[in-house]
Amino acid sequence: MISDYFKLALKNLRKRRLRSWLTIIGIIISIATIFVLISLSLGLEKAVQEQFRLLGTDKIFIQPKGQAGGPGTASSVSLTKKDVDVIEKIQGIKKVTFWTAGNAKIEHNKKIKFVPIIGIDLDTSDLFTETGAYEAQEGRLLKKGDFKNIMIGSRYKNDFLGRPIKIGDTIFINAAPFKVKGILKPIGNPTDDSLIYMPLEDFRPLFDIPERVDTIIAQIESGKDINEISSSIEKKLINSRSLDKDNTDFIILTPEELLESFGSVLIIITAFLAGIAGISLLVGATGIANTMYTSVLERTKEIGVMKAIGAKNSNILIIFLIESGLIGLLGSVVGILLGMLIGKSIEYYAVEYLDTTLLQFSFPSYLIIGCLLFGFLIGTISGSLPSYRASKLKPVDALRYE
Amino acid sequence: MSEQIIKLKDVCKIYQMGETEVKALYNVSIDIEKGDFVAIMGPSGSGKSTGLNLVGSLDLPTLGNIYLDSQDISHLTESELAQIRGQKIGFIFQQFNLIPNLTAKENVMLPLLFQGIDKEERESRAEELLNLVELQDRMEHYPNQLSGGQQQRVAIARALANNPEVILADEPTGNLDTKTGEKVLEFLNKLNEKGTTIIMVTHDQDLAKEHAKTIYSLKDGSLEGVYKRTGKSWKKL
Repeated sequence: MISDYFKLALKNLRKRRLRSWLTIIGIIISIATIFVLISLSLGLEKAVQEQFRLLGTDKIFIQPKGQAGGPGTASSVSLTKKDVDVIEKIQGIKKVTFWTAGNAKIEHNKKIKFVPIIGIDLDTSDLFTETGAYEAQEGRLLKKGDFKNIMIGSRYKNDFLGRPIKIGDTIFINAAPFKVKGILKPIGNPTDDSLIYMPLEDFRPLFDIPERVDTIIAQIESGKDINEISSSIEKKLINSRSLDKDNTDFIILTPEELLESFGSVLIIITAFLAGIAGISLLVGATGIANTMYTSVLERTKEIGVMKAIGAKNSNILIIFLIESGLIGLLGSVVGILLGMLIGKSIEYYAVEYLDTTLLQFSFPSYLIIGCLLFGFLIGTISGSLPSYRASKLKPVDALRYE
Repeated sequence: MSEQIIKLKDVCKIYQMGETEVKALYNVSIDIEKGDFVAIMGPSGSGKSTGLNLVGSLDLPTLGNIYLDSQDISHLTESELAQIRGQKIGFIFQQFNLIPNLTAKENVMLPLLFQGIDKEERESRAEELLNLVELQDRMEHYPNQLSGGQQQRVAIARALANNPEVILADEPTGNLDTKTGEKVLEFLNKLNEKGTTIIMVTHDQDLAKEHAKTIYSLKDGSLEGVYKRTGKSWKKL
């Protein structure tokens, strides 16, 4: 029985094809926007989780306070090798590595750029490599004993620094020559893929940073409780740096914490963007209401006839509600398809032109079904007032209407 | 004495037009017997359409009572009235009033849908009725593909869909030429012979005299006279 009402509604929409489509376009745009935004944030979340999975769950990061923004950020306090030694002695710690970053002028074939340089401790560089999941695409990773050698991000293989750079080329960093020993596999975002790594022994004199350590990475022994160890690191550091425990100058991060804080930022961004998209949906819904009012007015006589041949108020209400619901549903079907197309194109261009694989779109089935239901619901809600009005028309008045 | 199907008792319909009251119908009492062919006549503004709307339960009287099948329908809710209309009354309009985006068959099926009858039965009933009005080869046509006479026959088929006891026709030939109008009335006569009560509003005296059995004449909202056919002659009651 209800399928007959759907057929009836569809026939009515088809009769006013142009106006139906104009109304549907409003819904298409808003559903497509919402769909793209949500699938983008879902994709981002997936990409981030993937990065953290690579990072592993057995590592603790220690950084000076105020530096969480990124490597090389100016900071009044700093950690030193002394802190590394303190952490190394803590029970349950398997291995500790650390790095320091600085910005440098690099030059190759008269082409000059300013990029971040990372100085890594070659004695413990295997932990560093594991943490970043670095792999050499050409040449090899830096190892103990390397001197005046560097490994570089994947972008240098392209024309990032003028001509493509090959293994064995020499790059001048702050006027000192360095030999390229390895080129890394792409990580997926342009900043990381343009980094240069060098031995800390070379880094310290070159940048005139004798002591500072920007990030300490501590790996715990397997089977140990990461939270327990992270709090003992905190205690030991407070002691050795003679600090007040309510006023520390360093932060300790575990992968879970990083993931959590990132997740909550992502939720806020998603909600904000979805809110903006919601405004366009409101406009679309108003369009449906407007179309349905016009339709009721236009078909007043038809409503009168239907009532004369036995249609109850509820029958009329259902016919009009289904009609407006179908506008919403059709709008969301096309909107979702459009959204998928937009998402896939952005993904393609991001990889192609921005060298990033972080802009990923995810289309889980619950998102698609949710958007469809949402579209139908928006349609029926915005059509409910006009439909109610149609159902309440008095048959005599409606029949007399010309 | 045959059974009464419709009874109007002291019915008034008063419209408030700004300051003034318009008495569209005033103290009208009518008894219509089952199987009768009634013509309601009168000049425009005499209240004949108002009367038909009241009988057809499309409207409620301001005062007085209306009985359909001895049930008082003057105080029913809109949904109850819709139920009664759907089951007991079939409407035929001057402008045919078919739903333009439904085919002839779908138009005939529509009143059955509102009664909750399933699709198979709706289809076979619609086909049967369109056969009856000799439109079996026009079932899938849309109203704008049909002539006026054909549209009115579809409307008759639609009016008959739920086997109503009463057919109400408001100037059924008003938009048709004489010949096609004759054909439509032939159908109504045929139905009447099978026992369906017909109530027709018209301003065409010849038409009324040729086809009806009883004529009610209205003037200025009041009943002016009732005429009954006996053979070929008419008698004022």
